[in-house]
Amino acid sequence: MMEHMESLTLNDDPSSSSNGSKPFFDDPLFASSQFVEIPTDDAGDLPSPQQKQAPIPSHNSILDPPSYAEAVFRSFDSDHQVDSSDINGHDHDHAGLESRSFSSDFLRISVSDPLKEQEVSGSLVPGGSSYFSYLITTFTNLPEFNGTEFNVRRRFRDVVALSDRLAECYRGLFIPVRPDKSVVEGQVMQKTEFVEQRRAALEKYLRQLAAHPVLRKSEELRVFLESHGKMPLTRTTDVASRMLDGAVRLPKQLLGGESGVGGADVSEVAQPAKGGRDLLRIFKELRQSVANEWGGAKPAVVEEDKYFLERKEKLQGFEYQLSSVSQQAESLVNAQQEISETMGQLGLAFVKLTKFETEEAIYDYQRTRAADMKNVATAAVKASRLYRELNSQTVKHLDKLHEYLGVVLAVNNAFSDRSSALLTVQTLLSDLSSLNSRIEKLEAVSSKIFGGDRSRMQKIEELRETVRVTEAAKNCAVREYERIKENNKNEFDRLDKERHDDFLSMLKGFMVNQAGYAEKIANVWETVADQTREYMKN
Amino acid sequence: MIATQRSGTGSMSPSSRSPSGPYLTVSVSDPAKMGSGVQAYISYKVITKTNFPEYEGPEKIVIRRYSDFVWLKDRLFEKYKGVFIPPLPEKSTVEKFRFSAEFIEMRRQALHVFVNRIAAHRELQQSEDLRIFLQADEQTMERARSQETGIFKKKPTDFMQIFKDVQSKVSDVVLGKEKPVEESNPEYEKLKKYLFQLEDHLAETQKHAYRLVKRHRELGQSLSDFGKAFKLLGDCEGNGLGKAFSEFGAKSQILAIKLQREAQHLLMNFEEPLKDYVRAVQSIKATMTERANAFRHHCELAEAIKFKEIDMNKLRLTRSEKLMEAEHEYEQLKADGVEATGKFERIVRTMNEEIVRFQEQKTLDMGLAFHEFAKGQASLANGIADGWRSLLPKLESLSSS
Repeated sequence: MMEHMESLTLNDDPSSSSNGSKPFFDDPLFASSQFVEIPTDDAGDLPSPQQKQAPIPSHNSILDPPSYAEAVFRSFDSDHQVDSSDINGHDHDHAGLESRSFSSDFLRISVSDPLKEQEVSGSLVPGGSSYFSYLITTFTNLPEFNGTEFNVRRRFRDVVALSDRLAECYRGLFIPVRPDKSVVEGQVMQKTEFVEQRRAALEKYLRQLAAHPVLRKSEELRVFLESHGKMPLTRTTDVASRMLDGAVRLPKQLLGGESGVGGADVSEVAQPAKGGRDLLRIFKELRQSVANEWGGAKPAVVEEDKYFLERKEKLQGFEYQLSSVSQQAESLVNAQQEISETMGQLGLAFVKLTKFETEEAIYDYQRTRAADMKNVATAAVKASRLYRELNSQTVKHLDKLHEYLGVVLAVNNAFSDRSSALLTVQTLLSDLSSLNSRIEKLEAVSSKIFGGDRSRMQKIEELRETVRVTEAAKNCAVREYERIKENNKNEFDRLDKERHDDFLSMLKGFMVNQAGYAEKIANVWETVADQTREYMKN
Repeated sequence: MIATQRSGTGSMSPSSRSPSGPYLTVSVSDPAKMGSGVQAYISYKVITKTNFPEYEGPEKIVIRRYSDFVWLKDRLFEKYKGVFIPPLPEKSTVEKFRFSAEFIEMRRQALHVFVNRIAAHRELQQSEDLRIFLQADEQTMERARSQETGIFKKKPTDFMQIFKDVQSKVSDVVLGKEKPVEESNPEYEKLKKYLFQLEDHLAETQKHAYRLVKRHRELGQSLSDFGKAFKLLGDCEGNGLGKAFSEFGAKSQILAIKLQREAQHLLMNFEEPLKDYVRAVQSIKATMTERANAFRHHCELAEAIKFKEIDMNKLRLTRSEKLMEAEHEYEQLKADGVEATGKFERIVRTMNEEIVRFQEQKTLDMGLAFHEFAKGQASLANGIADGWRSLLPKLESLSSS
């Protein structure tokens, strides 16, 4: 339809020669009006390490130079560097996030060049299967890294491994949620669309990690970005071995051969039970959580932090409203799209009518009418194009809403880290208390037996040993819980600040966008209004 | 001879602008629902201001309903062959029961334009039927109206036409002619083709114009919902950010109202004139049918006269008594033939004048419609730009806090 529209445009309007689908810098309409449009494809767009910050172009607003409104906007932009890049949304992930908190250090990641590769060996599927790998390119001046420019090839599986490791090691932090594993078979994998979507999603995810003050400096990320070869798989990702190990352990535990906690590795309590291999521990904690809910007695340690509970509740409200806003944003974008299309179709219909009247004209009245119609047609086509451009930028601005739905997910994960750590503490405490009461009972009984009860004494000693181990585990678990609480608090503060900045800049960007394009559309129609002013005289 | 005003108040036709000269202006206003249930209808106040001698002046108010307008149109169509009778808004069978405010207003405006076009037309304004329509009391009007819709659903002329059609078909077959008789006038052919194609183009344009009205409404609705959702978000947020959300939401809702207003303006001042243009072309097509009928009648009589002449000569040779009668019939036929030819030629002349008037009028009508369209769009866009711009400083102050 767009091309059809262009070819039928009658007058010497420069836009008539262009193909609607060309990139923005080829579009004569762009050339004449100097929009700074948000580039739609960032792939392979790597700034040189010498540039600290993307240079602010001389026309960083989206309005024409002579416009009054632009002068107004410029005064906003010059005060605050963040706004200008945010308004344009240009490379927002990097520029906006970076300038927010870090002055001169940078970590810039790009994902590009998807390649289809064959599964080498050890594949369960005979004949080999294929997968896609992506080139991960990094520019950085952070001291944690061994270099300033480097790249590696990674596949999606590696990203999953990275994400899982971060989840293990940084419990309590608001860790960005990784892109979905899509449960698709080889068929869909071939589609370039899918691959491109995945590439973009990976890039976004890695950039979010790079923007996190703690995670950007993590060893896990560094290894991912720098080291070649397979990502070391963690214990928890290996489902098969997890099940086997757990099954092997259980009999020993049931026979009472092992301590209740699960092995000499006391620090294992620093990990959540779920996803671990310790089935017994899982059972115990499940029992504890049921007791918490239905049991009469309150556990020894509970979530008391009112401040935390308040903020949690507020966040839930925010999440609910945010998803509603996000839905309405989608409707709005659709409506803008529709109006653009209909305006274009109207313009096209008028173009056809104009041609018809011009060709068939017998009377001058017809020629006059045709000329008037041509003006309207041209204006409608222009307005349609402006609505379309406006909409593509609106999408980018409002994307922030969808992003924050992802942030809420990360926060909820951090909350469940906290509650599972608390549950571990509670479980261990109740273990301790039941162990101690057993010891008491045994001591009471054996003290009544004259000369001592050798078997009972032995039992008491074993129990005391268990208590010591459990005590150590409990202390470890408590430390972990406190650590997570601290993480939560710091992250909350960070989130509040970022949310404030992000949403304000989103609103501003949206509004500037709307105002700028509305101005342009008004100009288009004012011209036609002037041209037809004489008809009002009647 | 242009009726361009579309307001609910009285309009001035330029041909009678000066109060000193003769003038006739009409307004159609104040739609009111009458009756109930299936019998319900809308009545309109028709106010006539005139100094025409035949009229009760200077002002007369009557109440009329849609079918009264239809009566007037049919009468004018009968009497003034060749004239492009101004079009009426469509009869609507479904919407009648709903009587939406929008439908009523669209109809009222169209009826207003209809009457004013008649009042501004050199010939039509002289019509006695017009005077009855504008002046007669309701009983007289109702009587006149019901006379038209007699026992027969079709008008007498329709019957005659069907009869004639059959007659001519028979004679055509008898004479070995298959095709109906048509003018072979290249200019007229060109005009016919032009009008048919014009109607198609206009219909498509009007369709998109109506869709554009809907799109404005939809955009307004979604912007309003968007604003509401932001207000709720602001409520649960509190502090600076919450305030920003609330203000943003409120502004969205204000701008949504602007969109709804423009949708309405677009409908009445751009889409309706386009629809009116389509109807006008359809009205011309009806006139073209009349012309074709007149032509056929004239041709048939010419044929009949020829045959009568042959008959007469036969009878003359055989010295039959029937000769007198035949000569009498022959003279009658010749007189009819002259009349039919005269009628046809009058229609052709009238149409030639009408087509010029039509082209001029439509250029002016469309020019105004385009102006309103452009003005409305510019005003909407400026309103939106101003709206968002005025909110920016507030947001600026919030981000620094």
